[in-house]
Amino acid sequence: MSTFFQNARVASANNGQLPPEAQPWVEKYRPKSMNEIASQEQAVQVLKKALTSNNLPHLLFYGPPGTGKTSTILALARELFGPELIRSRVLELNASDERGIQIVREKVKNFARTTVTATVDDYPCPPYKIIILDEADSMTTDAQSALRRTMETYSKTTRFCLVCNYVSRIIEPLTSRCAKFRFKPLPIEKLKERIAMVCEQEGVQIEPEATSTLIKASNGDLRKAIMFLQSGAKLHAGEKIVASSINEMAGIVPPEVMSSLTAAWYSTEYQEISKIVNEVMNAGFSAEQILSQMHDHLVTDGDLSAYKKAKISLVLGEVDLCLINGADEHLQILNLMLKAADIVTH
Amino acid sequence: MSLWADKYRPQSLDKLTYHNDLSAHLKKMAHSGDFPHMLFYGPPGAGKKTRIAAVLREIYGPGVERLKVDQRQFVTPSNRKLDLNIVSSNYHMELNPSDVGMYDRAVVQDLIKEVAQTQQIDANAKHRFKIIVINEADELSREAQAGLRRTMEKYMTNLRIILCCNSTSKIISPIRSRCLLVRVARPSEGEIDDAMQAVAKKENFSLPHELCVKIADDSDRNLRKALLTLEATKVQEPNLAQVQKIVKTDWEIEIGNIADLIIAEQNPNRVLLVRTRMYELISRCIPSSLIIKNLAFDLANKVDRRLRSGIIEHAAIYEHRLRTGNKDIFHLEAFVARVMSLIKRHQMEKNS
Repeated sequence: MSTFFQNARVASANNGQLPPEAQPWVEKYRPKSMNEIASQEQAVQVLKKALTSNNLPHLLFYGPPGTGKTSTILALARELFGPELIRSRVLELNASDERGIQIVREKVKNFARTTVTATVDDYPCPPYKIIILDEADSMTTDAQSALRRTMETYSKTTRFCLVCNYVSRIIEPLTSRCAKFRFKPLPIEKLKERIAMVCEQEGVQIEPEATSTLIKASNGDLRKAIMFLQSGAKLHAGEKIVASSINEMAGIVPPEVMSSLTAAWYSTEYQEISKIVNEVMNAGFSAEQILSQMHDHLVTDGDLSAYKKAKISLVLGEVDLCLINGADEHLQILNLMLKAADIVTH
Repeated sequence: MSLWADKYRPQSLDKLTYHNDLSAHLKKMAHSGDFPHMLFYGPPGAGKKTRIAAVLREIYGPGVERLKVDQRQFVTPSNRKLDLNIVSSNYHMELNPSDVGMYDRAVVQDLIKEVAQTQQIDANAKHRFKIIVINEADELSREAQAGLRRTMEKYMTNLRIILCCNSTSKIISPIRSRCLLVRVARPSEGEIDDAMQAVAKKENFSLPHELCVKIADDSDRNLRKALLTLEATKVQEPNLAQVQKIVKTDWEIEIGNIADLIIAEQNPNRVLLVRTRMYELISRCIPSSLIIKNLAFDLANKVDRRLRSGIIEHAAIYEHRLRTGNKDIFHLEAFVARVMSLIKRHQMEKNS
C-alpha cells in the first residue's frame, strides 16, 4: 500500500489542467452556461430569472440519469459567482461524501451559517451561498430530517439544491420547502443535435443507422449517448461507427438471440428450452436486459392473444422482482421461459 | 507448483485465444490516450479477470505484475474497525469491497476517494491515471454504488475504475451509464478443446479427442472448470487413453446422490436423511443457491417430463426466498419436501 501512495501528492479535483484529448467527452461537452443546457426549458427559464433577480428558491431537481441535473446547477453556480468565488460560495456534497446526520449537523450547518458579501465584477454574485446535495436520494431519512430546520433558519444566507433520481425517496417536509423541477429524458431531436455537434467537433464518422441505434440505446440519457459515442470512436478509430458495436457497448441483446428465445415459447420440450437458456446465460447477457427486451417483443407480438400476453406479463413481473432481490439469473430465466412456453402452448 | 488453470493463464492481450475482436478493441483502447471506466461482465470461467490483467499489462507494461498484498484498516462512521485485503502494484489496485459486507460504502468513500485524490507523478509512468479494479461489483450495496458515481466523474484525471461482475442487473443504472460495458461470453466448446490441447502439449502428454469433448461438455463451457477437471483426471489416471470417466468434484456427485435419494422414495424419513446430507454440503462451504440450482437441474433431467417445469418453478421460488431469507436450510428443505410431494402426487395420478 505504501508505495501505491508514494510519489503522489494531493491533487485537486480540477480537470482544467487535463489535456483536451485525454478528457472524457462527457466532461468536455458538459454545458458551461445556462444557454448551453439542452432541453429542460421550464427549469432553465426559471433559473435564468434567478440570474437577474438576485433571488432564488430552494431547488429540487429530479429525473432520470443523464438529463442534465448536476450540469444545470453547476452551470447556474458558475454564472452566478464566476470561477473564482465559486469555491467559497458553493458546497457540493455527493454520495461519495459521508453524509450522515453528524455531517448535516456540523459541516452543512457551519457552512450555511456564515454570511457572505464579497462580489466580483461581471457576475451577479447574489448575497447567498449554495449547498448542492447531489444524489440526495441516497441520504438517510434522519439526515434529511436534520436538514429541515436548517434550510429554514439559514434561508437568508444559503440556498439548498437537492439533486436526485427518485423524488419519492426525499421526505415530504423537504420537498415542500423546495421548488421542484422535473428533468425529462431528452427528446430525440435534441439528442440528435448534440450527437451531431460532438461528432462534428471530434471528427467522428457515424452511419445514420448507428445514430438511431445510439439514440434508442441511450433512451434519453445524453451522458450515455456521448459515452457510447466516445467508446465507439475509440474502437473504430478512423472508420465509421456501426450499429452492432453500439448495441454491444450498451449491453443490448442482439435481435437474433432474442428471437431464438421467443421462438422457444412454442416448444414443449424441456431439453430444448433449457438448452437455449443455457446458451444465452453462457453468453453472459444480463437477465434484466433480456426481460426488458422480451417485454418489448411481447407487446408488439402479433400472434399471441391478449389473454396470453397478460399472463406472460404477470410472470415477467414476478421474475423481475426476484431478480431485483438478487435471485439466481439462470434459474429465474429458465423458470420464466418454461412458464411462458406453458402459457403459449396451452 | 501451481494449478494449470493459473500456470497457463495468458498474460497479454495477444496471447488470448478467443474473442479476438474484443481483444483487438481492448488493445486499441489501451493505446489511446484516454481510457474509459469499464464494466466487464459475463458468467464465471469466461476469462474476465484474465482479460482485465492483460489490459492492465497492455496499458502499463510488465510493472503491473509486481504485486503486493496489503491489509488496510478502516474505521466506519459508527467506529467499527474493519480489515480489507488489497492487492496492488505501483499503477493499479485490486480490491473486493464486498468482503466487508454492509460496510462497503466506507471503502468506497475512504479508500477509493483517497486514491482518486492522489496523483501519479512517477515520471516513467505511461499514464497519469491509476486504475482501481473492483471485483464482485454486483455484490456492492446500493449506497456504495451511489458513492462511486460522482467520484468516477470528478476524479477522471487521476483514476479509472474497472468493475468486474457476473451480471449487470445489480449495477445501478447511473454507474452503467458511466462505464463502457464489456461482455465476456464463455468460449465455445471448440475453443475449450483448443485451450486444453494447448495445455496438454505444454505438459507433454497427449489428450484423446473423445475425452476432450467429454470434459468440454461436462464443464458447461467454463474454461477454468474444464482445466481443473483435466488436471484432476490426469492426476488420478496418468494414462489418459484409458480414462472412461472424468473426475467430477465431490459436491457435484453428492448433489447427484441427493437427487437420486429424492426420486427413489418420498417420506419424512427421507427428508431427514437428505437434511443431514445438505448440512454436510453447507459445512463444506458450498453456497446454498448453488446447491438448489444444481439439484434442480439434476432432478429435472432425471424425472418424468411433465414434472420438470414444476421443479424448476419451485427451485426459482425457493432460491429467491433463500436469498432474501435468513436461514438457508429452511428453504433447501422446503424445496426438497415440495419436490417430493410433486413426485408423489404425480405417481398417485398415474396409478389411479
